[in-house]
Amino acid sequence: MPVSLRGLVKKGLRQWTTSMAGEELGSKVSALARTGNEFGVDPFGFSLDYALSAIAPIVWMYKHYFRVQTYGIENVPAGRVLLVSNHSGQLPFDGAMIGVAMLTEATPSRAIRSLVDKWVPTLPYVSTYMARVGQVVGTPENCRRLLESDEAILVFPEGMRAINKLYHERYQLQDFGLGFMRLALETNTPIVPIGVVGAEEQAPALFDFKPAARLLGIPSFPVTVTGVPIPLPVKYRIYFGEPMRFTGRPDDEDAELDRKVRTVKAAIQGLLDQGLREREGVFR
Amino acid sequence: MSAKKGAGDERPAVLVTGIAGNLGRRLAKQLHRKEKVIGIDRRPFPGMPKDMEMYQLDLRKKKAEDVFKRHPIKAVIHMGIMHDPRMSQEEHHSFNVLGTSRILECCARYGVKKLVVLSSSNVYGPSPDNSNFLTEDAPLMAASRFSNMRDLIEVDMLGQSFFWKHPDVETVVLRPVHIVGPNIKNAPSNYLRLARPWTMAGFDPMVQLIHVEEAARAMVQALRRGLRGVFNVVGPGEVPLSKVLEELGRRPIAVPHMVARPLLNTLFRYRLAHFPPPELDHIQFLCAVDGSRWAKEVGWKSAYSMRDTIRAVESEGP
Repeated sequence: MPVSLRGLVKKGLRQWTTSMAGEELGSKVSALARTGNEFGVDPFGFSLDYALSAIAPIVWMYKHYFRVQTYGIENVPAGRVLLVSNHSGQLPFDGAMIGVAMLTEATPSRAIRSLVDKWVPTLPYVSTYMARVGQVVGTPENCRRLLESDEAILVFPEGMRAINKLYHERYQLQDFGLGFMRLALETNTPIVPIGVVGAEEQAPALFDFKPAARLLGIPSFPVTVTGVPIPLPVKYRIYFGEPMRFTGRPDDEDAELDRKVRTVKAAIQGLLDQGLREREGVFR
Repeated sequence: MSAKKGAGDERPAVLVTGIAGNLGRRLAKQLHRKEKVIGIDRRPFPGMPKDMEMYQLDLRKKKAEDVFKRHPIKAVIHMGIMHDPRMSQEEHHSFNVLGTSRILECCARYGVKKLVVLSSSNVYGPSPDNSNFLTEDAPLMAASRFSNMRDLIEVDMLGQSFFWKHPDVETVVLRPVHIVGPNIKNAPSNYLRLARPWTMAGFDPMVQLIHVEEAARAMVQALRRGLRGVFNVVGPGEVPLSKVLEELGRRPIAVPHMVARPLLNTLFRYRLAHFPPPELDHIQFLCAVDGSRWAKEVGWKSAYSMRDTIRAVESEGP
């Protein structure tokens, strides 16, 4: 009985996904089913079948809640690529929206991998959900392996510092890690800068209640106007910049890597500035 | 079979330790027609192939060395390792580590040309920090969360240091993933045989299984001339734990992980459960390995599909 109930829910969600994203999505993405075994899950734990059902609420948010608009998605080249984006909003909807954009609006459709923090595998349900929709723990070995098999990886080089930043810090890029640049150089991967406009206002955090964070063993405990980090129905604008190619030694000095990273950061800041100029309001 | 005295005219043999175990018996059956096989084990080997010899003794005893004196040995496959969570730590450690060092000493002293040590992918240990596919260079972290694993890591390390100290001996350390099969009594097989196994609520790690026949075949392949090094050995790939249980028709009980550990601890202490609590890591976190080095080196491809490998847990063996 619970099995059939689960089956029904799954089928319903799947229909919801296709009704929103269009019938052609199914045929578009069926080519994405990575070679796995008879159990339909790829070696990294991604399941296209599961993902198409599980992302239904995310696709709904994409279409109707955040009303996402993309600019320049054709800039994403075929083959291996590092998508490098700003990060914000308390909950990582920016990653999810970029993922849906690449799945539903890019041609050909791509199921990207995004890299999650090491504490995700310790979280019940979240860990399984993340793995089945194609997320992997962001160890350098994992990234290298994925890029070498020509996948698209989404990274947030600002990391956890950025997602939990406070409202007055919006659209101010935090320090970038250098790891993604090392990987790009090592695997000869182009970088596509991405600016996400809108997410930075989705859950305005007034302050970080550090004792609660320590108590719960989580990186931070943002207190938002709504009390909980439920996102507001802001309008998302996702800007994909021109691919950037770098050459050099991956084991170069940090100063040299940092110089390259700064050009990526500047490109993202440029996209953010453009988006802020072009938009009419936070919710429109 | 009586052992011949004069060793001079005898065909050089492959010596297999731990031959009376499930894996050892399969290995013997695969190997005895191609090679002269001599087995050592404390346990008897009923139904042993007629053309092989067997010494029922403890590896730590002086008599084990006599086998090397009596017969020309060209290769040693060492899998006389035990892993019994109920055994005293001391006995465990002594059997595994001392037994291994004795065998390695003999290999060096009697000019054995090939040494194959059976280790396990478990030496890396499951952890939320693990990369999805651990290569042979990954640190052996298993003991950091499960101290009983210490001697298995030590056995692996002994094999590795032998590799460096004796370049004239072709040393191969094999780290196969969870071995499953009919009659196999290791923790993963026992777990998969439970009608109502526990799972960690909300966790469904990818797991890797290898059929016992395949594990035995890998040991035979490792004898190939020129082959040396440390290798992960993977079966038909990886699959979510939930799919394995579904395939076997199990009805798992999802236990919240905060409750599971203390509960199993108590059950284990009072002998109501047979799984030591740290084993829960295996059904919560990832410990999957990259078998591409082995695949490339020997052209390895699993002869069993994932489904057949899973089902092998159930079927009655010969």
